[in-house]
Amino acid sequence: MTRLFDAVAIVAAIFVIWLGLYAYAGDAAIAPPWTTFAFAAALLSRASFWNDVGATMAAFAMALAISALAGVAFGLVLGMRRFAGEVAEPILSSLYTIPKVTLYPLMLLIFGLGMSAKVAFGVIHGMIPVMLFTMAAVKNIQPVLLHTARVLRLSPTQTALSVLAPAVTPEIITGLRIGFALTLLGVLIGEMFASQRGLGFLIINGIAVHNVRMTTTVTLIVVAFAVAANGLMLTLDRRAHHLAQIDDQPTRE
Amino acid sequence: MTRARRITWTRVAWMVGAIGLIELLCRLGAIKPLTMIAPSQMAFELARMMASGELTAPAAYTFTEVTTAFAVSVVAGGALGALVHAQPRLRQALDPLLASWYAVPFFVFYPLLVALFGLNALPLIAIGVIFAAPAMMLSTLAGLDRVPRVMRKVARVHRLSRVQEVRLITLPTAAPHLFTGLKLAFAYSFIGIIAGEFILSGGGLGYGIAYAYESFENRKMYALMLFVLLIATGVNGALHVWDGRLARRRGRT
Repeated sequence: MTRLFDAVAIVAAIFVIWLGLYAYAGDAAIAPPWTTFAFAAALLSRASFWNDVGATMAAFAMALAISALAGVAFGLVLGMRRFAGEVAEPILSSLYTIPKVTLYPLMLLIFGLGMSAKVAFGVIHGMIPVMLFTMAAVKNIQPVLLHTARVLRLSPTQTALSVLAPAVTPEIITGLRIGFALTLLGVLIGEMFASQRGLGFLIINGIAVHNVRMTTTVTLIVVAFAVAANGLMLTLDRRAHHLAQIDDQPTRE
Repeated sequence: MTRARRITWTRVAWMVGAIGLIELLCRLGAIKPLTMIAPSQMAFELARMMASGELTAPAAYTFTEVTTAFAVSVVAGGALGALVHAQPRLRQALDPLLASWYAVPFFVFYPLLVALFGLNALPLIAIGVIFAAPAMMLSTLAGLDRVPRVMRKVARVHRLSRVQEVRLITLPTAAPHLFTGLKLAFAYSFIGIIAGEFILSGGGLGYGIAYAYESFENRKMYALMLFVLLIATGVNGALHVWDGRLARRRGRT
């Protein structure tokens, strides 16, 4: 009950801020909530809008797949090879802090305009956090788990499946959740600069042609999608961490 | 050679090797000068721009914004963190909001902020703060959570005043997390502002890169990109070293 109350309170607060901004800046800058919702309903029933959603989602899905697979694979390798991991970690974390937007011209010059540049931009945003989290997960496995596997004479495959995988999964899920958000960010920014389709394009084009309603509405839709996806993954994340904790506790038999 | 030194040198060797490889590929013509110019040429052009004073105005513009956004984020984030920590009920309510904060691709708000505040430094500082302040707030919360209850009791036993308790107990114990907060706040305000300048603005380093890109001034563009990269890695590296020193000092006492 309190959680419902809190959620309602937060949504109400967001509406108050929204209305405040509308009152401050007026129609020229931001659309009020009621217009936005009406326009969102109209937009969602328009076929051309779904083309843009499709363009964004195709690039996002591909970028996410690459970020996740390559990130986890490199992270596992760097986590298992301590020396390589310690060499790479500061390099990766400083790559994480550079404003990657500035690399956008380079991406365009390498990949040309279009899908592959968007995907590449998503990947450079999303892959590094997945790598860093996976690496940390492997590095922080309790040695006792590996000793136990050795004592029980598990084969390498058995060790990987029944000891390593469950131990690192929760942290990897956290990494993937953050990678998900950043990949989406990368793809959207990519669309803002150099695209003729997609949700990022609709937002920036709305500013260019003074279609305030469009910018506000698409921004809202993107945010709603991001928050919903994050909520889902957060639930998964917490469940995985919770299960791992239960496993860690000594069982009384 | 100690292990730590071996790691450092391997890292240096890798980075020098990577830059050397790019240099070689550019000089041999495997990478076309239209795609990317050689790193030595970037450095040369950057030195020329610094000497001619071309760089002064955009760099000063960007640094003023980043410093402002950083200061606002640290003060506001720290204060909000302390406030929310003291109010468990409020914290519980804000929890879902904070957990999904970084899932929202904030740059989609940037066009709206421009529409709201106009095309000046204000929307840039705002996007920097929106991006950086919650990181500081979350770090403050994490730091305050780590103050052991026994330390609070010690403070009470010694009849410390509120100010003394904060100065002698709370701040030193929470310091590592607060430091992480500072690091993130810098990185995020820098990323936010450079990206904002790149998307839509009238000045600064990000704007310079976008402008040079659009007018096919490759040399200038790469020189500016190198400058941004050097600043980000330089500050990040300095904070990393400082953090290590603080950690060692804590280890000694």
